[in-house]
Amino acid sequence: MQKLLPLLVAIPLAGGFLVPILGRLTGTRRGAAVLPILMVAAVLVLSLALLAGPDETLVLWIGGWEFPIGISLLADGLTRYLLVIVAVVSLLALLFSMDYMRQYTSPSLYYGLFMLMLAGMNGVVLAGDLFNIFVFIEIAGIASYALVAFGTEADELEASLKYLTLGTVASTFILIGIAVVYNVTGQLNWAKVAEAIAAGGGPSMPLYVAAAFFLMGFGLKAAMVPFHAWLPDAHPSAPAPISAMLSGVLIKACGVYALARVVFSVFGGSEVFGWVLVALGGASMVVGVFLAVGQWDFKRLLAYHSISQMGYVVLALGAAAVMQARGTSEAVVALAIFGGLFHLANHAIFKSLLFLCSGSVEYATGTRQLKLLGGLGRKMPVTGACLRIAALSISGVPPLNGFWSKLIIVLALVLGGFYTLAVITVIVSFVTLLSFAKVQRYVLGGEPTAAVEQAREVPAAMCLASLALAVLCFASSLIILPAVKSRLVDPAVRVVQAGPPPRAKAPPRVVAAERPGAVAAQAAVPPARLERTSP
Amino acid sequence: MQGMSLIVKNITRLVAGFIAIFGVYTVFYGHVSPGGGFAGGVILAGALVLIVLAFGEEFSRKVLPHGVAQTSDALGAMSFLLVALFGYMAGGFFVNFLPRGEPCTLFSAGTIPISNLAIGVKVGAGLFGAFLALALFRRQSDGHSRSPIAGRPNRGGPNGEES
Amino acid sequence: MTLPMLPYLLALLLLVVGLYAIVAKRNVIKIIVGLAILDYAVNLILVLVGYRTTPGAAPMAPILTGGMANEPALVAGAVDPLPQALVLTSIVISLSVTALLVALGLRLYEKYGTFDTERMRNLRG
Repeated sequence: MQKLLPLLVAIPLAGGFLVPILGRLTGTRRGAAVLPILMVAAVLVLSLALLAGPDETLVLWIGGWEFPIGISLLADGLTRYLLVIVAVVSLLALLFSMDYMRQYTSPSLYYGLFMLMLAGMNGVVLAGDLFNIFVFIEIAGIASYALVAFGTEADELEASLKYLTLGTVASTFILIGIAVVYNVTGQLNWAKVAEAIAAGGGPSMPLYVAAAFFLMGFGLKAAMVPFHAWLPDAHPSAPAPISAMLSGVLIKACGVYALARVVFSVFGGSEVFGWVLVALGGASMVVGVFLAVGQWDFKRLLAYHSISQMGYVVLALGAAAVMQARGTSEAVVALAIFGGLFHLANHAIFKSLLFLCSGSVEYATGTRQLKLLGGLGRKMPVTGACLRIAALSISGVPPLNGFWSKLIIVLALVLGGFYTLAVITVIVSFVTLLSFAKVQRYVLGGEPTAAVEQAREVPAAMCLASLALAVLCFASSLIILPAVKSRLVDPAVRVVQAGPPPRAKAPPRVVAAERPGAVAAQAAVPPARLERTSP
Repeated sequence: MQGMSLIVKNITRLVAGFIAIFGVYTVFYGHVSPGGGFAGGVILAGALVLIVLAFGEEFSRKVLPHGVAQTSDALGAMSFLLVALFGYMAGGFFVNFLPRGEPCTLFSAGTIPISNLAIGVKVGAGLFGAFLALALFRRQSDGHSRSPIAGRPNRGGPNGEES
Repeated sequence: MTLPMLPYLLALLLLVVGLYAIVAKRNVIKIIVGLAILDYAVNLILVLVGYRTTPGAAPMAPILTGGMANEPALVAGAVDPLPQALVLTSIVISLSVTALLVALGLRLYEKYGTFDTERMRNLRG
């Protein structure tokens, strides 16, 4: 199983290169989608096989080159959890794109970029060292900048320019953080960096500076509030399946996952980091939802809600870090982390469903302004039903999945003693309910307007993708059952709760190469050993 | 775009070949001296860009078409991935499975020269294709785009041709 | 022996210049140049991180040529090659981003007839 880990990155990467040239040969729009769907299905099967396997940390040193000169891929519980989420949402978004992209030219280029974005995201969650996380974030990012500008209308180009500029500044900050970390610890493999930091008794001042750069860079990728300015322009301007991918998985894999990895596994979640995450998450929740209520563009409203819901996840993780540092019981900490990670999966499901429904609405009526829509519930029954299910999910109405994850987060906050935060969370949920009541009333209720008159139900593939996600909205509520939870989510929870990975994880053949002086120096850079390749 | 003056064309005729050879040398000796796939590919792309700038667009459409650049780009990337996947025969992903030879000579270091070659082809073709896309695909003054790249024809904007 | 602080401070100055250009300039081309300066600054910081010499000897480049007599000295005392590999990757990434930015800038010029970002404020709110 270990040897198949690179395939999760190699298959989409091959797709990214093959699909544009093969697409010119097939010529039809649907034909160009066959190969990508097969590849993403293969990735989904591999991810599910990984999840179904035993809960151990798989480390693969690429090319047989061991520490300290090798690159490693690392698959632990958190990785497996995210891989499955990414694969499921990508497959359904691809299914949706088969017919939706009829409105655009160059389908083969679209699918090529889509596969590159998927390869980047898989690489981020699998990467074993900090620099590879940066490289794969860039791969996924560049593909997403091009996809946001895919329609080449004026709005989309402006949105892509803003996204590109801010995204590049963020990546630059991440790179500066990596430079400082390398200077202080002499390692890039994040497990070894964690060891070096732990052996040094916690982060020193230069490492706090590096952590600040990381928080700024990954915070922008995760759309946290001081750094959120790109998202309300970029997510609406992209084609609807790409909006679903961006809001559904990209801000999670490149943003929240990397943030969690750096704060918990590398720096060891201490109270300082916990409070910073709480502040970022809380501000995102509140600012996102209050800016969302006043929006009249359907997709822009959904984009602002993405900021708010990501705030939930980061708030839960930050609260868990603070509680762990204060010595609250392990069960409460585990509950907070479970709430955050469960909400991450739920948000991937219902937010992509919302964006796909908005794509269906735009496909059928040609507009996304709420004031021009109305009465779609009768004209487009399948889309209307899916939209209602998704809106109820995000508002937190039982028995759909959003209710359970928000309840668990509020419970964990109350049990941990954060009463103000719990109250703020409940208020934000209520305002979310209000804004989605507005969406449902304007889109589905009332009389059909002029734009809606000629609307018909969207093609079968798009309906199928929306229905599959709606079914998942119900099915993922089952995660709260202990049997399902312990199989699916608990490995990820354990990874985040455990903090820096234990030393015993290093592969045994590496022990001979470890040098006692290689850890925890303030400014020393240990010499790199050039292995001779003897015949 | 039109070509440049006669002096530039003559000098390009003399020099472009040497630039290309230097690029190929940098690619092939990547495992011995500094350089390698990316740097050699950029130099190679520089030679091709020089030819297009000096001789103009019509010449480049016949001799260095965009489709060939895109196809070589994809082929270079696929051969790099294939080299990595062939490593599975010898143990794992990206394992160096060819005989290694004497260090610091041309025929040594296993699969590294092959990877360098693939990357050199990809980068050269890719950068050249990017240059063509930036410089040659323009909207004419009546608003019709000659670009075969993405656009949205049903939105009332200029139509893009199917590629 | 590692570097004194002055080269790092100058690289930081370059970074600030790049950031200023991105934030304060209205012309798209100037924003692109600002991003390029930012990338140069970060690559410079990365290369500076890897600099080390053995005291009293000249800095050695980490290039292994055939038949070198003092190879253990090279391995132990040469400048650290790992940050240079990181910089190579970073240069490739910034090349792709610059190409994409220039393409966006050209398309924006075709749409608006100007490079001024103040005229391109369609999305607000």
